[in-house]
Amino acid sequence: MKTKKALPFRVELIRQLKRKRTLVALILVIALPLIVVTAVKFGPSADDRAGGGGGGFGDGDLDLVGLATSGGWNFALTMMFFASGFLLLILVAMFMGDTVASEASWSTLRYLLIAPVPRRRLLSIKLAVALLLSFVSIVVLVGFSYLVGLFAFGSGNLSTPTAGVFSNSEALWRMTIISVYIFITLLFAAGIAFLLSVLTDVPLGAVGGAVVIVIVSNILDAIDALGDLRQWLPTDYGAAWIGALNREIDWTGMSRGVAYSVVSFIIFITIAYLRFDRKDITS
Amino acid sequence: MRFPRRSLALGSALVLGGSLLGGLVISPAAHAANEPEALRISGGPTSATDQTPVELDADLYLPEKVPAPAVVLAHGFGGDKSGSADQASQLTEAGFVVLTYSARGFGDSTGLISMNSPDFEVADASRLIDFLAQRTEVTQDSDGDPRVGFAGGSYGGALALLIAGYDDRVDALASDITWNDLESSLFGQSVEGSSQLGVYKNLWTGFFFSVGLRTTDGKVTRCGRFSPEWCAAYTESATTAQVTPAISMLMRESSPISVTDRITAPSLISGGQADSLFPLAQTNANAEQIMEASPQTPVSVLWHGMGHDGGTNEDERLETSITNWFKEYLQEAPESPSVTEPFEVTLTSGEISIQNNQPQPTVVAGANYPGLFGSEQQSIPVLGPPQQILSPAGASPAAISSIPGFGGSLAGNLGSFVTSSFPGQSAFFQSQPLDTATEIIGSSQVEIALSSEVAVTDAIFFLSLQVVGANGRANLPQGLVAPVRIDSLGSTPEVVTVDLPAIALTANAGDSLRLVVSTTDLAYRMPLDERLYTVAMAQSAISVPLVTGLTPVGGEDPTFAWLLLIIPALAIAGVILFVLRPREPKPLHVTESSDSLNESPVVIEDLYKTYKGGYQAVKGVSFEVPRGVVLGLLGPNGAGKTTTMRMMMGLIAPTQGEITLFGHPVFFGSPVLSRVGALVEGAGFLPHLSGRENLHLYWKASGRVGEPYFDEVLEIADLGTAIDRKVKAYSQGMRQRLGIAQAMLGKPDLLVLDEPTNGLDPPQIKSMREVMKSYADTGRTVIVSSHMLSEVEQTCSHVVVMHRGQLIATGKVADLLAGRTGGRLEDVFLDMIGEDLTVGQS
Repeated sequence: MKTKKALPFRVELIRQLKRKRTLVALILVIALPLIVVTAVKFGPSADDRAGGGGGGFGDGDLDLVGLATSGGWNFALTMMFFASGFLLLILVAMFMGDTVASEASWSTLRYLLIAPVPRRRLLSIKLAVALLLSFVSIVVLVGFSYLVGLFAFGSGNLSTPTAGVFSNSEALWRMTIISVYIFITLLFAAGIAFLLSVLTDVPLGAVGGAVVIVIVSNILDAIDALGDLRQWLPTDYGAAWIGALNREIDWTGMSRGVAYSVVSFIIFITIAYLRFDRKDITS
Repeated sequence: MRFPRRSLALGSALVLGGSLLGGLVISPAAHAANEPEALRISGGPTSATDQTPVELDADLYLPEKVPAPAVVLAHGFGGDKSGSADQASQLTEAGFVVLTYSARGFGDSTGLISMNSPDFEVADASRLIDFLAQRTEVTQDSDGDPRVGFAGGSYGGALALLIAGYDDRVDALASDITWNDLESSLFGQSVEGSSQLGVYKNLWTGFFFSVGLRTTDGKVTRCGRFSPEWCAAYTESATTAQVTPAISMLMRESSPISVTDRITAPSLISGGQADSLFPLAQTNANAEQIMEASPQTPVSVLWHGMGHDGGTNEDERLETSITNWFKEYLQEAPESPSVTEPFEVTLTSGEISIQNNQPQPTVVAGANYPGLFGSEQQSIPVLGPPQQILSPAGASPAAISSIPGFGGSLAGNLGSFVTSSFPGQSAFFQSQPLDTATEIIGSSQVEIALSSEVAVTDAIFFLSLQVVGANGRANLPQGLVAPVRIDSLGSTPEVVTVDLPAIALTANAGDSLRLVVSTTDLAYRMPLDERLYTVAMAQSAISVPLVTGLTPVGGEDPTFAWLLLIIPALAIAGVILFVLRPREPKPLHVTESSDSLNESPVVIEDLYKTYKGGYQAVKGVSFEVPRGVVLGLLGPNGAGKTTTMRMMMGLIAPTQGEITLFGHPVFFGSPVLSRVGALVEGAGFLPHLSGRENLHLYWKASGRVGEPYFDEVLEIADLGTAIDRKVKAYSQGMRQRLGIAQAMLGKPDLLVLDEPTNGLDPPQIKSMREVMKSYADTGRTVIVSSHMLSEVEQTCSHVVVMHRGQLIATGKVADLLAGRTGGRLEDVFLDMIGEDLTVGQS
């Protein structure tokens, strides 16, 4: 009965990396900046742009998007802004929601458990790998967008709507904060997806369920009549990273957002573990 | 935590524009438990010729504890007493008697509007103090002298200053967004030291007057509710854009400037940055005049982000400041309120709020009031050649900076709306991008040289200071422009120093400052003939006001307190997971596990399994599997074979009973499972990988050590080159063979195969039999489940027969067959279970 640690992290990572959906996710985060930059550079409205700033995009109150073409940093920030609402949500829900449920649907779950991979270890490794893949897709999105932006619009400083410009080193610091914060806000959806993944044998159900919950929350968040009640919605803090674009970083919203996301993540994951501890695997 | 309100308009109580927006502002009725007492109070004389007192419509609010100091709330132009209800409730809760009333000519009060004339409106206010002197609920300083404060905004704010000047019974005042001098408010002149009449604020004045034209019966009249005197003064000024000495005198009497040297009551003087009607220069004049005349009088100056043009909603903060001001100066034992610092200013543009993506006001305060020009000045060079600009004929098209009465809906302070100006009408002078962020608080000053192609007697210019972002986008703070009028301008350049509008904002590093000199602005009266002017910088620099010693107040400190929630959450989750962790079950019989080699591979005792929903799949099964045999687990579909195997593998938990493998109890994930290889309910593989990759990854994932025997098991799988194809392309038989191969990886001591021959063709079945037999010959144990009797008969030496969840026979195949007439296992089985069942035939 001599055994090594069952299901090493590296093995699970290989098992996931060889999946086509991982490749598709990577292609998506790489394609998004390429599509956008093509549209801005060669699209129908490209000629209308006045020299200098703005252009190509609409400009709202925040006017963050209008700055997208002012350099690599701004382009990366804008891509983040575009992607954080839906693309990253889908990817994270996919990595987290599909991880256990797909094993169940392929019947490989029971062979891992028979190996035996202790149940908590199985969840822990799967959780770690799914979180890593989620984080990597954000890093790839930001990094690749930066490179695309650098190539297309040059190496500008990071321009912000109200706080002027940040130097390269400051921009790197701010973008790191924003990327990490966006990753953390996605933990709410990640936690739900992972819990659903343990509860169901249908991968699509787990991924879709998490996405639907977040979208419903987004819709509720848009209803002004709900007033302060909205601060209890998980998505109310999705935009708090704006605080990192102030001259002095405004941590208030972000610390609330981090607390909300991490605490809800802990709750969902705890339930997932408790459930999986006792679950009869019949699939 | 409070979230900023998304309000359309400012507090109706304080704003002149209140009546215009009246339809939009939903005023929550006074919800206090104590409804106000409605009163009609006699005011001053109706007019110079009619001494009958006007009747003032008033409400008296009483606090829980009386006697208490009183506060009189005066409303804005066009409003009435109802607009003050909210603030009255707040003050009542703070322990004040509050008197709200409608000024003469407004609401249900009688009389005509005299624009805060000392003889009329101010006299009315004195009568109100007389009234309070009669009330026992009001604290009295002496006979006929109640403890009373006056507060108001705009029209009411001027009254608060005037009554404090005329009636020394006023003990404290709070005056918001009001005028110091009506003439210089309505005729804007930004040339420093100029005594020349300024540029007539066409739109504002017209709007102002139109509000007072509304009559109670809806009839259209020439003067509406204005007194004949003021009606005539307006008509003349609006027609000529000039001011006669008599009108000038009339306006001065109604202006706080006439009394500020007499005010000794502690004064909270606030003004709005978003105010093109009564700009901060007016607020500043009120404050400085009081301070100069009476240095010992407590005066605090507050530049908030609101104003007649809208701005950022800070109603709550302002109302709290006012309440605290009166607590400090009217109540005997104030509960140490945080009184407004001598100088408080809101930096409106700057940080973005996360709640609504609107600029979040940052409030800073200082212990000294720096005045309009800062505690120090920084000279910022601006460049630009002398430029010719045209004042177009007909004064059209005109630039738009602010539109009076629209509550700032056009003048966003993020600069989303930048002044529209027309080609040839403006001269531009711009600075280099700033090296560091600069807080501009107050009026910047520039020295410019102006000349006109032909001599004119009313040269009019509008100067503005724009902040140009690094992206080239220009932002005109609060949409404010500085009007300049020069009575006589010819071809000889005239050098003037101009005070630019007072603002409070942070220009970021990378931003540039841009001075714009224009000839038109829609809000002002302009000459109708065309002129050609030349504009040049006399000093190529802007003097920017800086204020030192400011510290942030209020607001939320950057807090990480919420993050602390994560620690207990982690701790609780940790405890729950630790306490509720599944434990290794205690074996029913203590076994010498060290000697487990001699233990039976499988011992099942009294096993039950009831699935959720109540289906009992296994009912009291006990058997033991000896070492080195091939055991057949036999029974029709639904006999409980697979359920039993799942429990043996630790996939599902028995409802009752115990399974031990090699003497070790089985539970979820028990280590003893590493000695077992299994194929349960069909094979399971990662479809996107090849058979070979699947086996290798499974072996690595299993954590087992030792020799995996890849070559041998691949031979058994007999997949040929297909082993390197993706599993999703496999037939069922191929998957099945690969599944058996996977189960045999590492040659486990116990091999459990559930229906292994499913999907195999007869030659493969035959060779599989040999594999199993030879596997058992090595001393290892094989358990094969099947519903096919002939299969078991040919492969197995031992058999366990199950039916409907129960064990019906166990033993050697030979023993079971012995003594039976038929001699076939099939017949034996049918005998046992009765004739009601058809068993699969091979």
